[in-house]
Amino acid sequence: MKDTVLYLQGITVSFDGFRALNDLSLYIERGELRCIIGPNGAGKSTMMDVVTGKTRPDTGKAVFAGDVDLLRLSEPEIVSAGIGRKFQKPTVFEHQSVATNLELAMCSDKSVWSTLIARLSGEERDRIASVLETIGLSEHRKLSAGALSHGQKQWLEIGMLLMQEPQLMLVDEPVAGMTHQETERTAELLVSLAGERSVVVVEHDMEFIRSIARRVTVLHEGGVLAEGDMNAVQNDPKVIEVYLGA
Amino acid sequence: MFEVLRASFYMLWRSFSDRFVLGCLGLIVVSVPIFNLCFPDESAFHLSTFTVTLLGKYLCFAMLALSVDLVWGYSGILTLGHGAFFALGGYAMGMYLMRQIGDRGVYGHPILPDFMVFLNWQELPWYWWGFSSFPYAMLMVVLAPGVLAGVFGWFAFRSRVTGVYLSIITQALTYALLLAFFRNEMGFGGNNGLTDFKELLGCDLQADETRVLLVVSTALLLGLSYIGCRFICESRYGKIIVAVRDGEDRARFLGYRVERFKLWLFVVSAMIAGVAGALYVPQVGIINPGEFAPLNSIELVIWVALGGRGTLYGALVGALLVNVAKTQFTGIFPEAWLFVLGTMFVLGTLFLPKGLVGLVQREDQ
Repeated sequence: MKDTVLYLQGITVSFDGFRALNDLSLYIERGELRCIIGPNGAGKSTMMDVVTGKTRPDTGKAVFAGDVDLLRLSEPEIVSAGIGRKFQKPTVFEHQSVATNLELAMCSDKSVWSTLIARLSGEERDRIASVLETIGLSEHRKLSAGALSHGQKQWLEIGMLLMQEPQLMLVDEPVAGMTHQETERTAELLVSLAGERSVVVVEHDMEFIRSIARRVTVLHEGGVLAEGDMNAVQNDPKVIEVYLGA
Repeated sequence: MFEVLRASFYMLWRSFSDRFVLGCLGLIVVSVPIFNLCFPDESAFHLSTFTVTLLGKYLCFAMLALSVDLVWGYSGILTLGHGAFFALGGYAMGMYLMRQIGDRGVYGHPILPDFMVFLNWQELPWYWWGFSSFPYAMLMVVLAPGVLAGVFGWFAFRSRVTGVYLSIITQALTYALLLAFFRNEMGFGGNNGLTDFKELLGCDLQADETRVLLVVSTALLLGLSYIGCRFICESRYGKIIVAVRDGEDRARFLGYRVERFKLWLFVVSAMIAGVAGALYVPQVGIINPGEFAPLNSIELVIWVALGGRGTLYGALVGALLVNVAKTQFTGIFPEAWLFVLGTMFVLGTLFLPKGLVGLVQREDQ
């Protein structure tokens, strides 16, 4: 338990009698890069909604970092506890520069008065520069975010997530709509991020998953169908049935 | 704090447009007294008092446009009721000017303004108390619009009313105030409003010197508001407010209390509009409920749109050009003015999405 950053036990969520999550149990270790796959409606997004506080489960336990009960916290409280989420559709502030986007996402006092007189400290500048470096947008720092390509926007969004210094990053379909090269670059980025923090990736792109995954969880009908490394999961007869049999 | 101010002034100095705006205002402050007061009436260099007052009026409108651009251009709140804050500031100043008349009114009552005597009122209503004091009246000039904007904005932003719905409510706000101020029972002079002013701080309002002083004060306060607005827009707060404009939910998700950010800006903007109104009233000599007319508020949004929103200086350019055009057209062919205004707005929207200043704006924005 001590090395488990996210602990979900017996989570059940139902919408109008439909069980989106059915007694789901999932454990993410500190520093792990976990991929979650599953057919549409398997409960991937609902699982993320539960973790980020958007949806409350009917039953179950969700514990973060050993002792934080996620089911008691509001959405902003969960963000400040150290869980960041990147949504499917990149939403960056198009009219502002790449660096400003990162500045706004930074952990800092977010009240009206302190933002009126806030100046970037040297430390904060370094932090922005290092995130720019990580997401490979250093030379575009002054470009307005609207001028970035789709893939670059996704990276900027990941960068904004990094500025919040989360312990756990939930990343929803990071490579949807990306070119092959961008996908490769994103894979490298996510692999490099795991280790100091835990990363959970939900994705459909099997090739992408194969290129990054250490451990894959297959969700089906609201529960865990199979878990293991990519080869084991791919050869699991239950998984083959769900993916190919239907 | 000092560090912040120093950086903002540097930024202000770096930008050509800001230097230009402040330079023009400085020129007004210096040249208006010289050309009006130092040259005799028959001199070719003499600037008539009529022109001086007209200029003062334009500057008040420019200040009003500035306040609208602050909320519309930067935070995307399309307010169609900013005329209400302008008028409230104007009424606060008007009440002070009424009390200054003293016993020189038509009815010669030592305390009550003429319209109250006419309505057979026996004593001054409580909300008129204190208005004989200039500092108190000036406090009310910013407080009355500020409090109204605060209460209104608190409800509207907290309920997450945005876009066209918010615009409609602001129209309703100014229309409701229009109807209320028309009523004699309200104690603000009803239909006729407040007029027949004599003095401001002991200076005769008809005197050239006072007129010049008013224009100079308007230019100075406009410059000050401009610097203040620029300071707000360039701070991190300003970046957040633009982020709220472009993606309110995203900004909320980053942990910002979006309602508070919008409310604060809305209140500041209403206060600037109030000051503009207070400067306007002694120069035109009257304030009446007509200033609350919804059409006024719509027109001033057109000034900002034509000038170029989200730039601050664009608002000033738009307000000045449209009002100069208005003065010219209503002189030559009054019936055509609204058509001209409408045409300008349509053409501006079609061909100048960034407004007139968009034509000369460099790529650095």
